[in-house]
Amino acid sequence: MSFDVDALRSQFPILDRTVHGKPLHYLDNSATAQIPNAVLDAVERHEIAHRANVLRGIHYLAEAATEAYENARLDVARFINAADASEVVFTSGTTSAINLVAHSFGQGLKPGDEIVISMLEHHSNIVPWQLLRQRSGIVLKVIPATTDGRLDLDKLDDVITDKCKLVAVTHVSNVTGADTEIYRIVEAAKAVGAKVLIDGAQRVPHGPIDVQALGVDFYAFSGHKMYAPNGIGILWAHRELLDALPPFMGGGEMIRTVTLEDTIFAEPPHKFEAGTPPIAQAVGLGAATRWLTEVDTPEATLHVAKLAEQTLSGLADIADGRIRIIGPQGTQSRLPVISFTVDGIHPHDVCQILDSHGVALRGGHHCAQPLMDFFDVTGTTRASLTFYNNQADVDALLNGLDAAIKKLT
Amino acid sequence: MYQDEIVTLAKSKTGAQRLENPDATVTLDNPLCGDRVTLDVNVADGKIMAVGHRVRGCMLCEASASLVARDAIGTDTDSIAPARDKLEALLKKGAEVSGDDPWSTVTTFGPVAEFKSRHECVLLPFEALGKAVEQAEDKD
Ligand SMILES: Cc1ncc(COP(=O)(O)O)c(C=O)c1O
Repeated sequence: MSFDVDALRSQFPILDRTVHGKPLHYLDNSATAQIPNAVLDAVERHEIAHRANVLRGIHYLAEAATEAYENARLDVARFINAADASEVVFTSGTTSAINLVAHSFGQGLKPGDEIVISMLEHHSNIVPWQLLRQRSGIVLKVIPATTDGRLDLDKLDDVITDKCKLVAVTHVSNVTGADTEIYRIVEAAKAVGAKVLIDGAQRVPHGPIDVQALGVDFYAFSGHKMYAPNGIGILWAHRELLDALPPFMGGGEMIRTVTLEDTIFAEPPHKFEAGTPPIAQAVGLGAATRWLTEVDTPEATLHVAKLAEQTLSGLADIADGRIRIIGPQGTQSRLPVISFTVDGIHPHDVCQILDSHGVALRGGHHCAQPLMDFFDVTGTTRASLTFYNNQADVDALLNGLDAAIKKLT
Repeated sequence: MYQDEIVTLAKSKTGAQRLENPDATVTLDNPLCGDRVTLDVNVADGKIMAVGHRVRGCMLCEASASLVARDAIGTDTDSIAPARDKLEALLKKGAEVSGDDPWSTVTTFGPVAEFKSRHECVLLPFEALGKAVEQAEDKD
């Protein structure tokens, strides 16, 4: 069966629009992906037919809304192959999922306990741990990067010691696109009895995952990067772990009984979902997981891999080597998140000119300043591709870059 | 936006060399995009005598730093704050700039007005010069 990119594109109304009078070439998928009709419709249907608060109502709509919300949890559980839906906690995104762990898991840590992150992390997997360090005196250690933008796994034994309680690293770098060999992280962490948290924000937009096979303890991701609405995300963790952790935020929906003296908390996952959750957004995320599971075929993956390969080789051919790829040079063990610098031209100038060609890119530090320092650049230009991108997108990128370099030098 | 005048200014790198004995040095960052301007100034008798700078930033920021270095020499130190405000008004409100004004050259950046996210890139060198002049005069 071949992959019909035009049919897929027709499910995304926004891809038909123009910007600055040019067809839109959306290559900023790592920041936020677009939404297909299947997801838009699910959200709209929910708001029109089933809008109500969840968990505590005894009327028809409240029960329907609760069912839709819990069904979305089941969808997500299936998408990540969780052993049970109660392991799936709705959050507002990756950032809030990681902050939840930093608070709930962090509460059990003592001064001198170590948490290991990496040089490739997004600020959302750095700053919560620095804040925890301020609160409780933990020590933060860093797995270095290799010159081709991967985690330097040969250094794991130097960084992960007996004092390590948690290793928190990214599944796929939002700058270099490098795909982490999770099993090596898990092996090293388990050897010292440490837990593993994976930031999956850049991995899940490319298809379902299997948290059980990965062997990790926590997995975090955002809806808006995987074709779902904003304001919804997931923290997955083993049920025993969630049972043992204290709640992060307190409020309604996360309790069983409250007296003025004390509170008995609800069971997971609701223990971690204080307050009215983003219900329609959760329904949208559920729909997105079903949509993506269907789209993710070997043919679709091949389609994206081909575009990534063309982009990488096209970049190498432009302007006699003035472009430097920040990350793996080839297509092995990487996803189509492609960062580069153009010698003598600032990323914002590149992006501005490409924008005038209808090409949406991202330029700057990508919330990964330590990695920028490592590569000794102030920022990069990033093209991030996904299933609905096509040949015209890649051509527009390469032609626009050529024009930008001619104009600015 | 990248009109020839702006590109030429940026490439001219006018004043893109640090001063040996500055009266004041100021470094300013634009946290939004990471642009950084370090600017040296020498002043005497209420006039700007020399400007040198180092820019780690985009072409707009470089062009603005070049323009500042080109046009500031010999101007009154108290013309810098109004020049910055004039540029801001031009960018944000499309204000008219009259031709006989010493800093009427800020109109070079008129095409940037419609790109809100880039206004700070152009303003940063003016802000650095304003602060540097203030510091230099405080020292006197
Ligand atoms: C690798 C990675 N982690 C975390 C995040 C933060 O996601 P959010 O802003 O949706 O919480 C991002 C988003 O850019 C990301 O790319």
